[in-house]
Amino acid sequence: MSAAPDPRDWYRREFTGRAPRLAGAGIAWLAARRHDALEQFLRRGLPTRKDEDWKYTDVLPLASQRSAPARRAAIDPAALDAFVFDAWRLVFVDGRFAQDLSQLDGLPDGVRVASLAQTLRETPQALEGRLGRYVDGARHGFAALNLAFAEDGAVIDIAPGIELERPIQLLFVASGAAGADSIQHLRQVVALGAGARASLIESMVSLAPGAGLTTGVTEIELAAGAALDHYRVVQIGDDAARVDTAHVQQDRDSRYAAHAVTLGGRLVRHELDCALAGAGAECDFNGLYVMAGQSHIDTHTRFDHRVPHTTSRASAKGVLDDAARGVFSGRVVVHPDAQRSDAGQSVRHLLLSPRAEADSRPQLEIYADDVKCAHGAATGSLDPEQLFYLRSRGFDEPRARQLLVYAFAADMLARVPLAPLRERLAEQLTRRLLPDATREALTS
Amino acid sequence: MLTIRNLKVQVDGKPILNGIDLDVQAGEVHAIMGPNGSGKSTLAQVLAGREQFAVTEGSVSYDGQDLLALAPEERARQGVFLGFQYPVEIPGVSNVYLLKAGLNALRVARGEPELDAIDFLEKVRATLAIMDMPESFLYRNVNEGFSGGEKKRNEVLQLALFEPRLAILDETDSGLDIDALKVVANAVNRLRAPDRAFVLVTHYQRLLDYITPDRVHVLAGGRIVKSGDRDLALELERRGYDWLKEEAA
Repeated sequence: MSAAPDPRDWYRREFTGRAPRLAGAGIAWLAARRHDALEQFLRRGLPTRKDEDWKYTDVLPLASQRSAPARRAAIDPAALDAFVFDAWRLVFVDGRFAQDLSQLDGLPDGVRVASLAQTLRETPQALEGRLGRYVDGARHGFAALNLAFAEDGAVIDIAPGIELERPIQLLFVASGAAGADSIQHLRQVVALGAGARASLIESMVSLAPGAGLTTGVTEIELAAGAALDHYRVVQIGDDAARVDTAHVQQDRDSRYAAHAVTLGGRLVRHELDCALAGAGAECDFNGLYVMAGQSHIDTHTRFDHRVPHTTSRASAKGVLDDAARGVFSGRVVVHPDAQRSDAGQSVRHLLLSPRAEADSRPQLEIYADDVKCAHGAATGSLDPEQLFYLRSRGFDEPRARQLLVYAFAADMLARVPLAPLRERLAEQLTRRLLPDATREALTS
Repeated sequence: MLTIRNLKVQVDGKPILNGIDLDVQAGEVHAIMGPNGSGKSTLAQVLAGREQFAVTEGSVSYDGQDLLALAPEERARQGVFLGFQYPVEIPGVSNVYLLKAGLNALRVARGEPELDAIDFLEKVRATLAIMDMPESFLYRNVNEGFSGGEKKRNEVLQLALFEPRLAILDETDSGLDIDALKVVANAVNRLRAPDRAFVLVTHYQRLLDYITPDRVHVLAGGRIVKSGDRDLALELERRGYDWLKEEAA
């Protein structure tokens, strides 16, 4: 057995060379944070399977010597038509902000949507108390690299009381030109003031094959009574990898709803932490993944009930074909004072091949006594009763199987409140899972 | 139309049917009655092609061909329909999709053109009216959240829409109130035709007050222990099943 590659020396040299040119270079607090993050990375390296949180996910293939793409490739704007929505939009190509492809006209007063690099140029003081506040280099090696090297990302601030009538979309595009050993780091900082309401769509797409690695860190603050619907759609190439970490800090009566749909990727790691820090706060995670080939998806949610009267929900469904593997780890922590907390979790995997594999790990840490916690996990194949019913109605067996797989997944889409996104996802699922049927036939 | 000879079936290694003989001619209505656990449902499901049930002996011929050699979908396409005792819920599939795709699969098999959305809707609306069902049934997921009675009506809706040649209704009457029972019976009576046969599996003779059978068979211990005309059903109503069990023993 050959020794695992250790990329630490490589990234130290990279940092020495790149630090003077990174976004916000010259800002003292940022330079200090980047330096600390690099030190943390050098001490710990990338996580290994000995790390409990990475037990089922081998990141060794990602541990090569990787560099940021030298420049963003030129892409045909029409290539994005399939991915954009009627939304205010920031587009990032190969990890860099693409002003020409972005669209922020008519953004109301009190709403700021800008790239991270631009914000660091213009109003860095706005980020000093926020960038790295909840997710820093102590999290793990990927988050450490992200903070040390982040070039760009998005900053979204919505003033108290504002209700956005259109969504904001962050579209992260991999052109395919960046190379197999590329790495890019994106960072989002989002804040909704008291009573503000918004929808945020994050779309991660590949326009061409390319085995690059992207890390993303998103830090979200919801003030009292704020509500955010946060959509995440991952359609990266079957050779591409993403490691994303999001933290949501929730004040009283705030509501956070996540809808995460993953339709591709060689390795997709998605971490979501919600800190329910004010009474009446609610978070709700809905995940759907449809994976095939050698794809590996690993979702980790952690919901911290820190105060009484807080509610969390996690529901996930995974369809795994070929040698795909799905991991869902849902941790709920109810702190000693957090009486009257309510947590529910449900994970269902559908295995379509004997080589597919699923791991569901509910982890409940309950330190209060008056709480409601329910969880359930199921892994299985198609229901023979449903299959027989459809066949007895004239559906041939392959078609009946396709329809049931589609139905299993589509059931999750019914929870997506944003109609244009729901419709598009349904079309994509239909194309993927029901190649012979049209969307029209399913609904009319 | 249907000829069953010495049919023996095991479920999970246990013999359930122990040599069934039955002849059903086109145009006839046969009722299969019997106590719980007598094998009525097993017979109905074996005829529709349920693969978990193992046929160990005997034959079933449908229109002169070996029915047991056909996959469930092939049987459906050749005109065999099973109304399920416990229709399964299929979240994520709308009822209208099941009805339309199912009907068109059968039409293609019969050499008829597929119905487009407009013609289909016209046909299904007329059928809904017969079944006294609101159009909203179409847009709900298959059987999801349906009451017991709604599920049974949905089965008969499919029966009326698909117009099979051999309809097997497995306890379609159970769980129906008297009004719903009349609606179901009315739909079945409308479908009675010289080229169509019905096999009604039922525990109670109540259904037969509204659908007059040509033949009544009593199944007990996996065998048909008595056959007769509709008077046999009335006798069963009076005397129960125990005297037949004793007779058969």
